[in-house]
Amino acid sequence: MSAAINLESAPRPKMQARGLSIYYANKLAVKDLSLDITEKQVLALIGPSGCGKSTFLRALNRMNDLIPAARHTGEVLLDSANIYDRGVDVVELRRRVGMVFQKSNPFPKSIFENVAYGLRIAGMNDRAELAVRVERSLEQSALWDEVKDRLGDSALALSGGQQQRLCIARALAIEPEVVLMDEPASALDPLSTAKIEDLIHELKARYTIVIVTHNMQQAARVSDQTAFFFMGEMVEVGPTAKMFTTPTNRRTEDYVTGKFG
Amino acid sequence: MASRHTDKAFETDLADLRQLLLTMGARIESAIARSVQALSDRDSALARAVIDDDAEVNRLEVEIDERCRKILALRQPAASDLRLITTALKIVTDLERCGDLAVNIAERARDLNEAPPMPPNPALPRLAELAQVQIRKALDAFVAADVDLAGVVLKDEEMLDALFLQLFNDLLTLMMEDPKYIRRATAVMFIAKHLERVGDHATNVAEMVVYMVKGTDIRHPWSRKLPGSQSSSSSSSSSAPPGTTTIIPGSS
Repeated sequence: MSAAINLESAPRPKMQARGLSIYYANKLAVKDLSLDITEKQVLALIGPSGCGKSTFLRALNRMNDLIPAARHTGEVLLDSANIYDRGVDVVELRRRVGMVFQKSNPFPKSIFENVAYGLRIAGMNDRAELAVRVERSLEQSALWDEVKDRLGDSALALSGGQQQRLCIARALAIEPEVVLMDEPASALDPLSTAKIEDLIHELKARYTIVIVTHNMQQAARVSDQTAFFFMGEMVEVGPTAKMFTTPTNRRTEDYVTGKFG
Repeated sequence: MASRHTDKAFETDLADLRQLLLTMGARIESAIARSVQALSDRDSALARAVIDDDAEVNRLEVEIDERCRKILALRQPAASDLRLITTALKIVTDLERCGDLAVNIAERARDLNEAPPMPPNPALPRLAELAQVQIRKALDAFVAADVDLAGVVLKDEEMLDALFLQLFNDLLTLMMEDPKYIRRATAVMFIAKHLERVGDHATNVAEMVVYMVKGTDIRHPWSRKLPGSQSSSSSSSSSAPPGTTTIIPGSS
C-alpha cells in the first residue's frame, strides 16, 4: 500500500465523485456530480423520489453494473483510486464498500450462517475464527444480546427490526470501510428505527456511512453532512445543522420545509 | 414567501400564529397609548383599565407559546419555518414585557394623578408615540418577513434614545430649578425610561426578524461575525446592547 501520511485530525475524503453522470439508457439520472464523502462521517442523501440519490448511492459500489442499460461518465474514487478503472475487482470493491438495503433480506439460514456467509465466501472456514467474527459483528449491530442464545435459529424468525440489524451485521462481518444504506429504517417501527439510528452513531467511529432516506428528521438526526438532490442534480451539500436551519438554496429550503408539489 | 406548504393545515397554523402576535401587538400599542393618556388626561380610571387589560396580553403570551410548542412537536419545522417559530417564541417574551411596562406606566400615572399637575413636556407624548410605532413596525416586519422594515426600526431607535435623553435633561433641569418637583419628575423619568425600554424590545424584535429572514444573527457585534453572517447594513444603531443607554447622560 502507498505510504499514506497519517493526518488524524484533518478529515479526508474517503470517497469522491468527480464529474459523475449516470444514465439509464438515454435518461440522465445523475448529472455532473462532484462530491466528497468524508471518512468516518455520516453523509445523508435526501430528495424527492426519482431525484437520483439512490442511483448515486448504488454507483458507489458499482451496484448499477447489474442494470444493463446503466452507464456512466466521470469518476468515483475510493481512497483516490477510481473504482471504475479497468482491472478493479468488483467483489473486492463491494467487500470494502458494503450495502444495507431498504427491505431486510436475510438468507433462509440460521442467524449464525447469515452473518458468516460473506466470510465463508471469502474463504474463512475456521469455526473458532468465524464464531469470533460473527459475535463481533452482532455486537456492533446491537443484536448480540437478543440472539446470542439462539444463533442456530432461522433468521426468518426474527422481527423486522432484528432482521435489519442482522443484515447490518452481515454487512459488517466482512469488515467494510464504507457502508451504504438505502432507506435502512423505512419499514421499521419507531423503536427499531431508533435502534438503527443509535447504531449509525456507533458505527461512524469505524466506518464511513452514506445513507439515503426519505425521512428528513432521520437525516437530521444521524448525519454530519447532508446532500440535497433534485432532478438528478445535487442542489446543495453542507453540514446537516446548517441544511436544516439556514439552507442556502431556495429549492433546499422548499424541500426541507415541505413546500414541494 | 412565494411558495406554500404542501400541507395546507400547516399554512393555517402559521397564519394563525402570525395573527395572534399581531393581536397581541395591537393590544400593547393600545396599552402604551392609554397609559400615557391616563397621565396627560389625569384619568386614573383609564390607568386602572390598562392595568386590568394586561391579563389578556398575558393570556395571549401563553397561547402563542402553546401554539409554537404544538407546531414544534407536530410539524418538526425546518429552515425558515424553524426560524419563524423560534423567533415567535422569543419575541412573544419581548411583547409581554412591553405589556408589563405599560402597566408600570399606568401605575406611575395613577400616583402622579394624586399630586398637583406638572408643567407638560411635549417630548413625553412624542416618546410614547414613537415607542408604539417602533413596536408596530417591528411586528409588521415580522409578519411580512420584511428585513428592510426591521432595518428602519433598528435605525429609528436612535430617535427614541435622543428623545429620552432630551426628556431626561429637561426633567433634571426642572428638579434643579425647583426641588418640589423632585418626586413627581422622578416618576415621569421612570415613565420615560419605561417607554425607552419598549423601544429596546422593539429593537430586539427587529433583530430577530433579520435572523428569521436572513439566518444572520446581528444581535451583538461578535455574533455578526459568525460563519455565514454578513455585516448588516441596516443596523446603524450603536454597538452597545439595547438597554445600556447611560442613565446619567453627560453629567452636566
